[in-house]
Amino acid sequence: MRVGVITFPGTLDDVDAQRAVRYADGEAVPLWHGDHDLKGVDAVIVPGGFSYGDYLRCGAIARFAPVMQEVIEAAHKGMPVLGICNGFQILAEAHLLPGALVRNHKLHFVCRDQWLAVENNTTPWTTRYDKGAEILVPLKSGEGGYQADQKTLDELEGENRVVFRYVGENPNGSRNNIAGITNARGNVVGLMPHPEHAIDALTGPTDDGLGMFLSLLDAVQVKA
Amino acid sequence: MARVVVDVMPKPEILDPQGQAVANALPRLGFDGITAVRQGKHFELEVADDVDDATLAKIAETFLANPVIEDWTVRRVEA
Repeated sequence: MRVGVITFPGTLDDVDAQRAVRYADGEAVPLWHGDHDLKGVDAVIVPGGFSYGDYLRCGAIARFAPVMQEVIEAAHKGMPVLGICNGFQILAEAHLLPGALVRNHKLHFVCRDQWLAVENNTTPWTTRYDKGAEILVPLKSGEGGYQADQKTLDELEGENRVVFRYVGENPNGSRNNIAGITNARGNVVGLMPHPEHAIDALTGPTDDGLGMFLSLLDAVQVKA
Repeated sequence: MARVVVDVMPKPEILDPQGQAVANALPRLGFDGITAVRQGKHFELEVADDVDDATLAKIAETFLANPVIEDWTVRRVEA
């Protein structure tokens, strides 16, 4: 399994995302924002951070990077793509996922370990979880409030496209407590919390996040 | 050359916590009578004469604003 991990200027979590891929017995392939090809990878992770300094809007400039044009094309053909935190914001700006992420409703940057419920375990990134399982992973974001119009929310709920939901108090004002969603095809997933920081109890709150990368391993092997 | 102003505002139905924080601060500072504040962005573009309105609209809609959460207006002003 070869998984591309994109680095933009201002990306922070590419190294942890690469480590998570290696923990799942995959090969992490670094991709640079200026690259014009995906180097034959089986999947792509758009990691967290502050691409282009979050100038204009989070993800608004990264969405137009050369490598993202390749990601958008590959995603439309069915390649598994995961956006974490800033990566989720970038995928939303790129219209690979509906809605948008806005400033947290209480304006504070939230940094804590967060319980999530797995609502959809049929995406290539979530098959290792039981539906309804609760996992504990870090959440660290200032603009994590998920917003979409009512029609989009109804669609997401009706089509089982909410992948993760916050458990307990809503940390950022996300509508319907949405922490992560998928596209209609199910290959693109974005979430604000950070599974790549929770792959080993030595360095994270749990290893609950590792399941996302092991799920991908299963998906890629089934395809091969 | 012309100056073009693009104003970008959060849609009315989108929560604007920054605007609310400003509104909540005003009474504390002794300014009464302000019932609501919405916070947006104001861009000033210096534009060559051959750039048409359709191009400016495309810039606003695809880049300066995110139409999922924001409304935008474009207007030409005296430099």
